[in-house]
Amino acid sequence: MTATAPAPQADPAAGPRPPGAVRRLAGALHRRPRLRLSLLLAAPLLWLAVLYLGSLAVLFVSAFWTTNSFTSQVVKVWSTDNVRALFTTPVYREVIVRSVAVALAVTVLCAVIAFPLAFFTARVARPRWRPLLVVAILTPLWASYLVKVYAWRLILSEGGLADWMLRPFGLSGPGFGLPAAVLTLTYLWLPYMILPVHTALEQLPAGLLDASADLGARPGRTFRSVVLPLVLPSVAAGSVFTFSLSLGDYITVQIVGGKTQLIGNLVYSNIELNLPMAAALGLVPVVVIVLYLLAMRRTGALSSL
Amino acid sequence: MQLSRGARIALRLAAAVGFAVIYVPLLLVLVNSLNPDRSASWPPPGLTGHWWAVAWHNSGARGALWTSVRAGLGATAIALVLGTLIAFAVARHRFFGRGTVSFVVVLPIALPGIVTGIALNSAFSTVLEPLGVGLGLFTVVVGHATFCIVVVFNNVVARLRRTSGSYEEAAMDLGAHTFRAFADVTFPLVRSALFAGGLLAFALSFDEIVVTTFTAGPGVETLPIWIFDNMTRPQQAPVVNVVAAVLVLLSVVPIYLAQRLSADTASGSRV
Repeated sequence: MTATAPAPQADPAAGPRPPGAVRRLAGALHRRPRLRLSLLLAAPLLWLAVLYLGSLAVLFVSAFWTTNSFTSQVVKVWSTDNVRALFTTPVYREVIVRSVAVALAVTVLCAVIAFPLAFFTARVARPRWRPLLVVAILTPLWASYLVKVYAWRLILSEGGLADWMLRPFGLSGPGFGLPAAVLTLTYLWLPYMILPVHTALEQLPAGLLDASADLGARPGRTFRSVVLPLVLPSVAAGSVFTFSLSLGDYITVQIVGGKTQLIGNLVYSNIELNLPMAAALGLVPVVVIVLYLLAMRRTGALSSL
Repeated sequence: MQLSRGARIALRLAAAVGFAVIYVPLLLVLVNSLNPDRSASWPPPGLTGHWWAVAWHNSGARGALWTSVRAGLGATAIALVLGTLIAFAVARHRFFGRGTVSFVVVLPIALPGIVTGIALNSAFSTVLEPLGVGLGLFTVVVGHATFCIVVVFNNVVARLRRTSGSYEEAAMDLGAHTFRAFADVTFPLVRSALFAGGLLAFALSFDEIVVTTFTAGPGVETLPIWIFDNMTRPQQAPVVNVVAAVLVLLSVVPIYLAQRLSADTASGSRV
């Protein structure tokens, strides 16, 4: 090689004194952005890629292993039986369909409840009150998940608040079961839907609504043709939370769901005796959530998250 | 949009009902902690502060609270370091796979807790147990930190994107070396984002139950685990009621702190 390497540039900030160790290190780092980047990323990537993604990968590979039916020990023999069982075993199929239906029901309920509420906080309430109302929506998010489920256990228990409120009408509360689980999940994830819808409604330009009215549209028509299309991506963004949080939940169902089983409960009940089956069942919510995310990305929802 | 009088009234009514549904359960938890009876039947036969005194001396709840605080602080510390490192890499550098890094950070919180939980559980038991390290508080901290990284990352990266790198460059032009520029210029700029991220990370860890179930060793009981284990025991119901009420009251603290922060971090994206 005849070409000479470029002389290392003198550190202009070094001054006449010989630079100290810290300064030399700083200078070395400053001149090598690649080194700087590797130092920044080394620890977090070791944590996330090796520890986390590694564990996940091993778990999902183990979905294709089997167990010794006497000792419940995992046997590392490749088999697609577990994954096939997801589609062929009636119980699994039923629970999977029920879980997706619950997640969709919670999402629809959240959207239906969130819309009038957000419409009030974003456009009807006096502007002076709006920041306070947003705090009022945010506050329950900080209250403990378990305490909120416990609150619904209190409400729905026999002789509880629900029974007391419905007694004058000759009715009783739903008790513990599937409706209670849907109700509680809706309560838990509702703020995740209200917030994006509120933001979207608040940012809706008033001029568009006026223009629609000037062109002769009644409020109902303006709502359908102007408001709804502009707010829909935010509903989709909120639905990512309500859907995926509901699909993975098993604690709520255990506390207020009575004998109801969702996919999370099946995973939980298989861990001790048949870890590969638990892993295969765990694949289901992951795959469904990824598919849901991909579908929502088409609506442009993810960029507004 | 000119809403009719009827529509306005209907919306007001709907919002009033909505906020009532949001807050009645939380108020019920507060009232129920004063319920002298062990059952949850409504209305309570009277009010008493007796169970608050009993709960104060309950060693199980106290121990669990202390475990939760230690786990939360440990996970928050790790998340602050790792989240900030990734945020600086993503915001200040261009490199192959940058989008993938931001995606991997979100994954632990996007996937169901039970999947993350059993994945970590089987990894810990296959890797750590041969080394003689069992599940314990340490593994809880590792599990919590994994899904707390994202909230620190989100807050810091948002701040870094809004503050251009020219402040640091100006500091360096004036003779500050890399570390000096970070300590005197960059760090003060991201400090409140770090605080908001740390607050969210702690709250997330303090509230977590699913990952904890699978990463906690025997004898390690965080507060959510304690509540879950005691929820269905009629004997413990009054103490659980008080602990639940305390947690509802405590949730005002982060709201207050978040409001004290500047408006841009107060909106506090939880995810």
